[in-house]
Amino acid sequence: MSSRYDVHELKEQEMVLNMGPQHPSTHGVLRVMLHLEGENIRKATPYIGYLHRGTEKLAEVHKYYHIVPYTDRMDYLAAPSNNLGYVQAVEKLLGIESDVPERARYMRVLMAELARIASHLVWLGTHALDIGALSLFLYTFREREMINDLFEKYCGARLTTSMMRVGGMPADLPDGWMELLGDFLEIMPERIQEYENLLKNNPIWIRRTRGVGVISAKDAVSYGLSGACLRGSGVNYDVRKARPYQVYDRFDFEVPVHTEGDVYARYRVRVEEMRQSLRILEQAVEQMPRDGRWIADLPDYVLPSKVDTMTTIEGQTRHFVLIIHGFKAPPGEVYKAVEAPKGELGYYIVSTGETEPYRMHVRAPSYYNLAGLPQMSQNGLVADIVAVIGSLDIVLGEVDR
Amino acid sequence: MLVDLLIILGTILLVFIAVLTGMAYLTYFERKVLARMQSRIGPNRTGPLGLLQPVADGVKLLTKEGSLPAKADKAVFLIAPVMVFVPALLAWAAIPFGPGFTAFGRQIGMRIADLNVGLIYILAMGSIGVYGIVMAGWASNNKYALLGGLRSSAQVISYEATLGLSLIGVLLMAGSLNLSEIVAAQQGTYFGLIPRWFVLPQILGFAVFLVSAIAETNRPPFDLPEAESELVAGFHVEYGGFGFAMFFLAEYISMLAISALASTVFLGGWLGPSIPLLPDALEGIFWFSAKMAIFIFFYFWLRATLPRFRYDQLMSLCWKIMLPVALLNIVLTGIIKLAL
Repeated sequence: MSSRYDVHELKEQEMVLNMGPQHPSTHGVLRVMLHLEGENIRKATPYIGYLHRGTEKLAEVHKYYHIVPYTDRMDYLAAPSNNLGYVQAVEKLLGIESDVPERARYMRVLMAELARIASHLVWLGTHALDIGALSLFLYTFREREMINDLFEKYCGARLTTSMMRVGGMPADLPDGWMELLGDFLEIMPERIQEYENLLKNNPIWIRRTRGVGVISAKDAVSYGLSGACLRGSGVNYDVRKARPYQVYDRFDFEVPVHTEGDVYARYRVRVEEMRQSLRILEQAVEQMPRDGRWIADLPDYVLPSKVDTMTTIEGQTRHFVLIIHGFKAPPGEVYKAVEAPKGELGYYIVSTGETEPYRMHVRAPSYYNLAGLPQMSQNGLVADIVAVIGSLDIVLGEVDR
Repeated sequence: MLVDLLIILGTILLVFIAVLTGMAYLTYFERKVLARMQSRIGPNRTGPLGLLQPVADGVKLLTKEGSLPAKADKAVFLIAPVMVFVPALLAWAAIPFGPGFTAFGRQIGMRIADLNVGLIYILAMGSIGVYGIVMAGWASNNKYALLGGLRSSAQVISYEATLGLSLIGVLLMAGSLNLSEIVAAQQGTYFGLIPRWFVLPQILGFAVFLVSAIAETNRPPFDLPEAESELVAGFHVEYGGFGFAMFFLAEYISMLAISALASTVFLGGWLGPSIPLLPDALEGIFWFSAKMAIFIFFYFWLRATLPRFRYDQLMSLCWKIMLPVALLNIVLTGIIKLAL
């Protein structure tokens, strides 16, 4: 036997497996270095930056008005939530929060909650696909299609919506939109039940998720986790309840909390959240003013209507000035957060009184949630890390920004 | 003499064509059934109802360039797909399609070889396939492939044990390893109503067999060796073109073979109520295919519904649940056999 194959000279060693950035279940371009002993994970280190596009830096050279489309591209599965977070921060900076009309606030809530359901549907489908349940993926995308249609009917775009403006919404809801939403609200509860039938009590699903990727409440807080990752560990924190924005204080809804801190708990939290979002949507539809303005009456900050721009000299001038020159924001700094589908999405803007932000920082929930991955996947198996990544619900566009 | 030889060659050719065509259309039906379960349409562009899809797939697979990784163990890498494909096909030699008929003054059996050890032969062929998988996993010099190969060897070896044990009950009842005789032993009915198929008295063995068969053929929810979301494609991640086609064909052929074995051993093979105006031989083939179709459909159904097991859970299911149940079944069958 040649020395090359001499058993006594072979050493046991860890296998380093480079999982990603091209891998079917890293949800984009996440790269995880796995140190394996057989199938057991000794260490998992995430490496990020493959989708870095410098959104925060770009914001420093763009007018406040022009940053909205960049926010779409961060969490591209729930663009309206990102839009909402950004315009809220700018409104707070300008001090015009109270000028936003009622109807616009309700419209914002509608869009944000639809985005939450859409995002959770993508999460549920892909998470189940990662764990091996094929069909659910197609069921959830079928329902997400309805939400995308709603977005399309409102603003023309399905994914990168850019559907919010500083001061309100760009347009009123088109005719028939509320009926479409009504159809969606009608069928969605039974569809969610359908997903639950496939997974909730499925013994294989429970075995694959219960007790996997556990993180304690204390660790979850210290890693800065938010959203379902935090509530799955038993911490009752939801920005919509803790620091209500828009009109969330007027709705009766619950914040689902599970204490186990494992993949199954996070699954239960998100599915329950979809139901609560439906509740919010129903109440919003009821409470929403039937007519009225959808954007604040603030000529300094708000673009004139299309008709004004095209027919009056004042309108055209104002439009020109706002687009080319932009509005100046008072010096100061603001932080405003929304409860995005992934967790607490905060925008921190520093202004020096110019038409562009001096600095914009985005507290991207996926980025912080990903920080919990090494601890959650420690001592698990290769199959577990796939389940854990799925349960974190990260979007790499947001992690890398 | 010449006629005998021709008959043998003819049977081999027929079985070969039937299996390959069946396998090709199996992929078509899988896609259609899955599509229907997932509220999609499935293939419908190639030919009427998409019926030419398997042909298109075949042309694509055969004309694609296979790649040979630079650091692969070349000889082993090239042999591995053959090692998987050939035994999968060979298993069909022992499976009887029907009761046989008389032509040219001879009794012609509807099978390639009437083996006295048919059952063991099929199990043996199933076992050889795992070598190809391990070789592929090792020779690719790819970490995912290696993990897939390791998983596969552990899985197939474990489930072979339960697969074999689950069939012992049948052996005790039939008293033969010859598949034709096992079918013959299932003739007749209980109380003139319920067929005497072994699935009823051997319900425990049947359950164990079913689970083990799915694991043995690497099908969901036991498709760990090629788990796409974990190991990308597992042991065949480095294969393209014809090499991949061999693995793909082998998986479906073994799926057909194990369904054929299940129908033969537990559901009475070609036995069934007679159909008017149909010759006996064709009738046998009809019932045999119908029973196989039930198993195949079950395979697809599972694939559309269930999440995947984890490696350690698969092992504990095998050794802690399946094995004791299979042993219990043998003991029970033995006791009943003695008591009667």
